[in-house]
Amino acid sequence: MAKKDAPPRWDRKMQQRLARGEAAALGELYDRFASLVHGLAHRVLGDERAADGITREVFVHVWEHPESYDPDQGPLRTWVAGLTHRLAVQRLRDTGAAALARGGPGTAEELEHRVRHASVAARADYIVQSMPAPLRAALELAYFQRRDYRQAAADIGITEEEARRRLRLGLQLLSTAHDAASPGAPPGYGGAA
Amino acid sequence: MSGTTGSEAYDGDDEHDDHAGQAPGGPHGGGGSGPDHPHRPPRIPTPRTSVEDGGLPLPAVPDREQGEDVRGMRENLQEGLRQDGERLGDLTGTAGPDPSPEPAPELEHPVLTSLLGAWALAACSAEETAAVEAHLGVCGTCADEARRLREAVGLLQRPDSLDLDPGLRTRVLERCLERRPPRIPVPEWALSYDAETARLDALLQDFGDAEWHAPVRLRWFGAEGASNRRTTVAGVIAHLLAVDGLVAAALGLDDPLEEGAAPTPPQERTERYWRNAHFPPTRSVRGPWREQTHALVRTASFTQGTGLLGVSYGGFELPLRDALVDRAFECWVHAEDIADAVDYPYEPPAPRHLHGMIDLAVRMLPGALAQRRQAGLAAPGGDSRHLVAAGRPGRSVRLEIEGRGGGEWLVPLDSPAAVGSAEHQVAHVALDDVEFCRLAAGHVSPREAAAGQVGDQGAIGDVLSAVASLSRL
Repeated sequence: MAKKDAPPRWDRKMQQRLARGEAAALGELYDRFASLVHGLAHRVLGDERAADGITREVFVHVWEHPESYDPDQGPLRTWVAGLTHRLAVQRLRDTGAAALARGGPGTAEELEHRVRHASVAARADYIVQSMPAPLRAALELAYFQRRDYRQAAADIGITEEEARRRLRLGLQLLSTAHDAASPGAPPGYGGAA
Repeated sequence: MSGTTGSEAYDGDDEHDDHAGQAPGGPHGGGGSGPDHPHRPPRIPTPRTSVEDGGLPLPAVPDREQGEDVRGMRENLQEGLRQDGERLGDLTGTAGPDPSPEPAPELEHPVLTSLLGAWALAACSAEETAAVEAHLGVCGTCADEARRLREAVGLLQRPDSLDLDPGLRTRVLERCLERRPPRIPVPEWALSYDAETARLDALLQDFGDAEWHAPVRLRWFGAEGASNRRTTVAGVIAHLLAVDGLVAAALGLDDPLEEGAAPTPPQERTERYWRNAHFPPTRSVRGPWREQTHALVRTASFTQGTGLLGVSYGGFELPLRDALVDRAFECWVHAEDIADAVDYPYEPPAPRHLHGMIDLAVRMLPGALAQRRQAGLAAPGGDSRHLVAAGRPGRSVRLEIEGRGGGEWLVPLDSPAAVGSAEHQVAHVALDDVEFCRLAAGHVSPREAAAGQVGDQGAIGDVLSAVASLSRL
């Protein structure tokens, strides 16, 4: 969904309301971010129940520690996405390690590879969701609807040159999903915000 | 965007290639250009002089591996200059200086560069694809970017869980509130409104214009019998926004109708809202509606009271606590109208919320019965010797509502002031919880309602008709 970036004022106010212990604020927080959180967790863990669990953890954490978000450091949305990413990747690693310890198939190396892959995939999702809507729309047409760039330009009502630019720029943004993917990298979260 | 030009940021050949594979050939996947990458895609043709290089001599490069370093350095410089002009935010896409003196028999470098995204997505013509791929054989910078973009294509995926389980919201919020009890809770009587508005909002989440303008027929069962009104999905949300405004006004919030004067009944409010808008409602109504629902829940929390503040509906008044349950009920009913219109499934509310809605409807029945009697639509107190004093037991119908939201109620027939009484029971009606709500919403007629009935048929008919008469636009 193309949502405009929430003004920082909303973020700051939300944090204050959560700190005050206002349950209605928690509901609004959930309404704004639940699909983002659940979607990212699901992308990392590939499992509905596990994604539900991470969603619960994320909101419990924000509700219990609203002060751990610093509005000066960036949007609440980015922070929530980073927190989700961290918790989900941690969960994937933990459950994988536990399975290995029980003598499950695979090696630690394969697990690490899987973790990194999931991590990149989730970051890519976030980048797609957060990129400017015109870029996302162009990618959507070219990739999911299999339109060539000339058709896409006609569909959107832009020049062919602009369609080429959007496709290239969209992919350039998306490719940054790989950049921060080294394990343990701080979740500045995604190249686009 | 800037930064890594090589492939060191990503360790290459894994599952991504599956996705990239959806696009036709070309130097996709692989990653890495080091010596430990023996398998080069075979399709990169032998280099030809790229146009923008004009008279500059290109080292003859038999294939990319060997020439890459030297050429890469040189082209990085040239390309860097151009790309700066083309980068983010340059909407015109006009590249920097490109003084190619000779007429271009083929695509120029900036064009080839600009095609990289489309190429990676397999979204250009065959000639362009060939031109790009030829170019990749001679231009290290473009080849690096091409590889990077191809990898990025592999990251495009459909979101895999579109619909959140609406029950998850309740579970997550409950868990949070257990862990840290709220200092300002949402009152019990506002919870169904909170939950139903969240469910409807989730339904609207992925609607496109087609859904927003899908026709909806609103039905209700008024004094004149079955009535209906045509609108659209957006029109239904406008209706909810307008009528919720009654509660907003009572709480001192902004009224979407900017009225200020005496409150008007729901139907008039809606008609006025629809009329006042110069254009038929569009998806843009979602934001204000959702903002108002959040504001109502929030403000209700701050009343901290018992919710007895009166909310005027024009013709009648409900305490805030009931008004929000009534609005929750309307929200569900109309969410179902919308879901039907766009052919989505929609579940009934959580049992305890459903129960609260049924309870409110049952409590409103004696008043509705009296109104219908005054209008000559219901039988006068079956036995006029039975005038009931306030607070005293009177003739009653036992209403047995089955299902998880159900329960049993004794509805006094002869006066809103009377108390339901098992001893004076004249009939017993059994209905499913959701069926009862459909009746109260005016979506089934009293005659059609699937009800088990024993006893005084007249009394039963009056009660079922009174349930239906609770419905309105």
